[in-house]
Amino acid sequence: MGEKEFIFLLQGLKWTLALTAIAFAGGIVSGLVVALARTSDSRTLARVTAGYISLFQGTPLLMQLFVVYYGLALAGLRLEAWQAVAIGFTLHASAYLGEIWRGSIEAVPRGQMEAAKALSLGYVSRMKDVILPQAIRISLPATVGFLVQLIKGTSLAAIVGFTELARAGGIISNQTFKPLLVYGVVGAMYFLICWPLSLLGTRLEHRLATATR
Amino acid sequence: MDFGPVIEGFPRLLWGCVGTLGLALAGMALAIVIGISGVVLRDSRRAAVRWLVISFVELIRNTPFLVQIYFIFFALPFVGIRINPTPTAIIALGVNGGAYAIEIIRGGVQSINKGQVEAGYALGLRKSQVFRLVILKPALRAIYPSLASQFILLTLTTSIASAVAAYELTSVAKQIENDSFRSFEVYGVVTLLYFIMSWIMMTFLNLIWSRCLNYPVK
Repeated sequence: MGEKEFIFLLQGLKWTLALTAIAFAGGIVSGLVVALARTSDSRTLARVTAGYISLFQGTPLLMQLFVVYYGLALAGLRLEAWQAVAIGFTLHASAYLGEIWRGSIEAVPRGQMEAAKALSLGYVSRMKDVILPQAIRISLPATVGFLVQLIKGTSLAAIVGFTELARAGGIISNQTFKPLLVYGVVGAMYFLICWPLSLLGTRLEHRLATATR
Repeated sequence: MDFGPVIEGFPRLLWGCVGTLGLALAGMALAIVIGISGVVLRDSRRAAVRWLVISFVELIRNTPFLVQIYFIFFALPFVGIRINPTPTAIIALGVNGGAYAIEIIRGGVQSINKGQVEAGYALGLRKSQVFRLVILKPALRAIYPSLASQFILLTLTTSIASAVAAYELTSVAKQIENDSFRSFEVYGVVTLLYFIMSWIMMTFLNLIWSRCLNYPVK
């Protein structure tokens, strides 16, 4: 494996990171909406989002990508491969982050919400100033954990035919006939990105555990 | 939309479901074996062995399953190890699930208080009773929820095994798609089948929980 092949892998890595960034950013925004709807007083909203979450948690990510990919095409939308998978990953992230944040919002002591209501704060202020700042702290370890899962998950875009790191590895391995080396390098690249994040997640978890003890 | 090809291929899809469940069960069995041995080895007196287990766990948990299964399927033949697709998938699932199982089981073992065991003896329980009632059941109870959700996750992960053409639901779906070009219809129905499978499993796992492991604490 020469310099040219290595650069090709790095370009794949760039796409892996870009895809993760898009899905995570989109997931943060839509996941917050899902979490708020899931914890809202409206029973219909809570039920619909509960169904949405369990649909994504009960089916394989690969199927979600396939359905979004071919579904958008069938609906007549002409999207490029990366756009279609980005939408798929964003929906996936919104459901998982929504569920993580639902748990965190519910983990904030009840008295906080009651106190905020007693102070006659409106819904927006109650959430923005009282509940969410505390919920975010609680949710950090799990959110970082999901980010690692998302980075690893983007490798499935390879099966749909999008050239990110895993598929770049497949292409180079077919060219060079050195799968042992190529997949070793590809695995190492994923590891070097995911491992520090995993360590960060564990550290945040310990810090939270000591803070709440 | 045309669901004709899906309806026609439905019996094949159901057999694919059987393949998926088989893969998941075999993978989980291997994962538990790896998990228990890993926990034992992680407390080894030799630092090298402990270090090896820790690196194995970190390595597996921080790389994608797809790369792991590609590595076993495409790279290992170059060092003389050639494995068929379905066994490859079982090994990959077992190794992947095993790394997670090590962490889960370790948490369960650590949750058992030593004083609890001594209290069991003080109450006049026999050794086998202490192991069964004071160690095994509470430990299993402590790890059961995480282990159960890991099992569901492993079942969903089996769909990635289609990348090496192991016999399971997604591979069957790909064949039907190739013959009919009805991609959305095929994958939509297959997604629903996965959803039903994980729902049934969840119900079943919850039933075991409420029948065998649930008892009031305090």
